[in-house]
Order: sequence, then C-alpha cells, then structure tokens
Amino acid sequence: MKDYFKRIWLGIYTVLVGMNITLRHLFAKKVTNQYPDRWHPIQDKFSGSRSFYKGDEKHGDIPPNSRNRIFLDIDLCNGCMGCARACPVNCITVETLKVVPGDNVPPLKDGSKRGLWVTKYEIDFAKCCFCSLCIDPCPTHAITMTPEFEYSTYNRKDLVYRFSVMTEEEIKEKKELLAKFQAEKKKAADEKKAKETKIPAKDNDSEQKEADEH
Amino acid sequence: MEHNFIYNLINSDIVAIIAIILLPLIFVLIYALIAILGELKIASFVQERLGPMRTGPWGIIQPVAEVVKLIQKEDITPAAADKKLFNLAPYIMFVGAFAAFAVIPFGPAFVPADINLGLFYLFAVGAFAIIGIVMGGWASNNKYSLLGAMRSAAQIISYEIPAGVALLAIASLAGSLNLNEIIESQSGWFWNWYLFGGDGPIWKIFVIPFTLILFIIFLVSTLAETNRTPFDIPEGESEIVAGYHTEYSGIKFAMFFFAEYANMFVVSALITILFLGGWNSPFGDFMSGPIWGAFWFILKAFFFVFVQIWLRWTLPRLRVDQLMYMGWKVLVPFSFVCFFAIAFWAMVK
Repeated sequence: MKDYFKRIWLGIYTVLVGMNITLRHLFAKKVTNQYPDRWHPIQDKFSGSRSFYKGDEKHGDIPPNSRNRIFLDIDLCNGCMGCARACPVNCITVETLKVVPGDNVPPLKDGSKRGLWVTKYEIDFAKCCFCSLCIDPCPTHAITMTPEFEYSTYNRKDLVYRFSVMTEEEIKEKKELLAKFQAEKKKAADEKKAKETKIPAKDNDSEQKEADEH
Repeated sequence: MEHNFIYNLINSDIVAIIAIILLPLIFVLIYALIAILGELKIASFVQERLGPMRTGPWGIIQPVAEVVKLIQKEDITPAAADKKLFNLAPYIMFVGAFAAFAVIPFGPAFVPADINLGLFYLFAVGAFAIIGIVMGGWASNNKYSLLGAMRSAAQIISYEIPAGVALLAIASLAGSLNLNEIIESQSGWFWNWYLFGGDGPIWKIFVIPFTLILFIIFLVSTLAETNRTPFDIPEGESEIVAGYHTEYSGIKFAMFFFAEYANMFVVSALITILFLGGWNSPFGDFMSGPIWGAFWFILKAFFFVFVQIWLRWTLPRLRVDQLMYMGWKVLVPFSFVCFFAIAFWAMVK
C-alpha cells in the first residue's frame, strides 16, 4: 500500500520535473543558425584558436584544413600538369603550348621564366572529390583551396570552371608562331642534315612530337 | 436566448442559425492553424531549434502550407478496404469533434446551443471519436490500423470512467448539467473556481485537495481520450506505423488531423468550464463582460492546449499495460474517493 502511494507521488513528481526541464528549454537560447543568412562560426579544434582564414561577415571562420572549391592563379601556373596527373578523378584538364624563344613573354607572377602557355585549364567541380591531392604537387603554389563551398548551379556544365585567360585569337597567334618557329627550325635542321647527311636529327624529332601533343 | 447575441442581432431565424453554425466553424479552422503552428514551434523551442522560419515571417504561414499540401495529395483508398466505412470514418470523427462545439459557451453572450444537458452532451459527443477510429481501423483492412483502433477503444473505455466520475462530481457541486450554469456558479474571484473547491465558506479548504486531485485526474483522462502523447498508443509510430490512420492520405488524413486538434480544444474547453470558471474573469468584476468573457475563455482553453503540447514534448509514450494500470488502478479509485468527498461536501454545504 505504501509502495502504491509512493509510486503515484513519484509519477506526479517526475512529470513535474520533466515539465520544468522542457519549460526551461522552451525559453532557452536556440542553437539553430539560419544557415544561408548566417554562417556557423567553426572553431579550429586542433590549435584551439580561430582558423587562419579570417573570413568576412558572410563566411565566418573556416578551419585551415577545410577542403572546398579550388582556385588556380593562372599568373602563377607554369603548365607542368602535376595537378592533372595527381587528380584521382581526372577532373582537371590542362592544355599547353610551348613558348617560342624569340617571343616577348611576361614572366610568371613569382618572377620565374614562362616556358609554356596555358591555353586551357579546366576544373570540373561536378567530378572533383575535394581530396586536395592537386594542391601539393604544384611547384609554384598556383592552385589553392578557397573558403568557398556553396556554388551549386542549375546546369551541370556551369560547374566546369575555366581558369585560362587566353583568348581564341591569342591561342591561334601563339600556335601560328610556334608552327612558324618549328618550321624554321625544321628547315634549319634539314639544311644541316643536308650538309651532314650521316647524323640523324634525333632531338629535333622528339621535340616536334612533344609540340604536336600539346 | 439570453446567452446568444446572434439571435438578438439577426431577426431571421434561419440566417441566425446558419451564422451560429458558421461562427464556431470559422473559429475551429483558425484555431487549428494556430494549434498546428503552436505544435511545431513549441516542439522546436523545447528542442532548442527555431522550427519553421521560411514560410512567412517566423514561419507563421507554415500551417497553411501544410494544409494545402495535404489537400492536394492523392486520396488513396486501398483496394481491399471496406470503401464505405473507410471513407466515412474521418468525417464521423470530424463531425464528433465539431458537434461538441454546439454547447461550448465561448462567452456570456455566445453559446451556440444553450441546452440543459450540455455536460452530458459534450461527454457523449466526445466519445464519438472512438467510433470514427474503430471504423477507420477496421475498414482499412490492415493489421496495424486494426491494432491501433483496438488500443484506442480499450484506452477510451478505460479513461471515460474517471473522466465521467470527475464530471459527476462537478455536476453535484454545481447542481446542474447546463454548462452556462456551471460557469455562473463559479463567478467571482478565482478562488470560487471548482479547481479551488467552488463558492463556499472558509472551511471549504477541506474539499480543495479533492478538487485538485480531481482536476489532475480529469486532465490526465482527457489527455488519454484525445490520444495525445503520452497516451498516443493508438498511433504509436514506433510500434504500429501510424495506428488507425496508417492507410489514410490526403484530405481524409487531414480530417483526422483536424479532428484531433479540434478535440484538443474541446477537452481544454471542458477543463476550463469545469475547473477554471469558463468565461469568468479571475478578478471578480474586473475585466468581465461579453467580450472579456470570450477573451478569458479562449485564453484559458489555449493554455490547456499549450499544456497538452507541452506534455507531448516532455513525456515518452506509455506502454499498454502501464496505461491500463494507471487507468484502472490509480485514476478510477482516486476519482471515486474524490467524488464521494465532493458529493458529501455538496450535501452538507
């Protein structure tokens, strides 16, 4: 009998305790962040400090090891294709043209000599798996991660980002220049060959092959 | 006709009757939208979320969007279902819920039908929902629906008894089954409410514990009658999918949904009438009158709707045996003891 009343009392008492808890939560500060309007400030758990990327008001802070959309600084790219080779999903497409020696070429942003024109540099973010493997091989640090991660589009083709700044005319011009240069070189080689018929122009051939490939 | 301002306002009887029917219907429609929004918002606030925020400012259009969504959904009738009963069930349930509004006194100047057996009528019509539930559960031809309907029947039969005894106790205190007379007998300050023993001399403090216990009993049993958590075993999602409305979709599901919210208001109104003085102001003559009366009534009833939602997001669902234990071994004996004490008090008063 005593147990019966005790259980009834406990039933009422515990319900009241629970109601008190829910009532306190009812008026507590809400944890929801209205995401597209306000971003969540992400704390860097490893260093204990805020992330290295001090974002603007919209983006908030993003941890240093976050992997988002990739950006390529075309003025730094030397066209080595290390990134395209490292990419496990083949989302990076690079095409280059050799720079003709006589051409007046602006150097790369870091001051080094430009050896190749990057005629085409495309990253297909529909394919990209954000593995960050393309970042490390880059000798000039041209390819980097940005804090940008929301860039959905309505068309799949809009996800192909073209980083090359060369226009069609420029590419055509450079191609003609290269062709002319190679023709001249071949001519010179032929003349040389005619002079010394016994020595084959091995270097010349391989160079031409490479130029054709590009 | 002194309790109905529309008869005084409109001379034609037929127009007046139509207006009297429409007024609670409009109220129920608006109330249901508010209650759905309240449910969403309170649920999310308890869980420290924000809830719907995108549809309109602070998401206040969300219930409208939900109703529109439900209406435009496909109305499926299972091939093996008993089509007549299946289609009838939600309407019966809604009619039962809406019929209760016929006697609810919204204020001193408005009660749709001021009948002498108001309390009895309200209680009888309140049990109408079970017919709809059992009908729907049986006609669905689905084991989960049938299980849910059977559970609901067992639950409502168990909990009608303590609720009925509580009503009886209040009726013996008020000496009437007319809802307006019950409310009028609680007029004055809030200590005249039946929650605090009703009007009487100072030694009514001996009866206050009994009325308080009776109030808790009635609150619990009405909660069980509306199939709300923690007594929602007829539609326990984790056990029997959705119980009696597993097979319902579209507008018919909306009717069930709607009836549940209407029932919530009906039982809240009943608690308000019986224990909290209905449309009486808590402060005597201060802020009383026809319009203030409606305000107090709706405020009190909405508070109990809030309590129901609050409890829903606090307590987990009871097991069937726990439900039966509580109904038969706790509420029924306690309600009888309280009834005898209160009836004795009503006799000697």
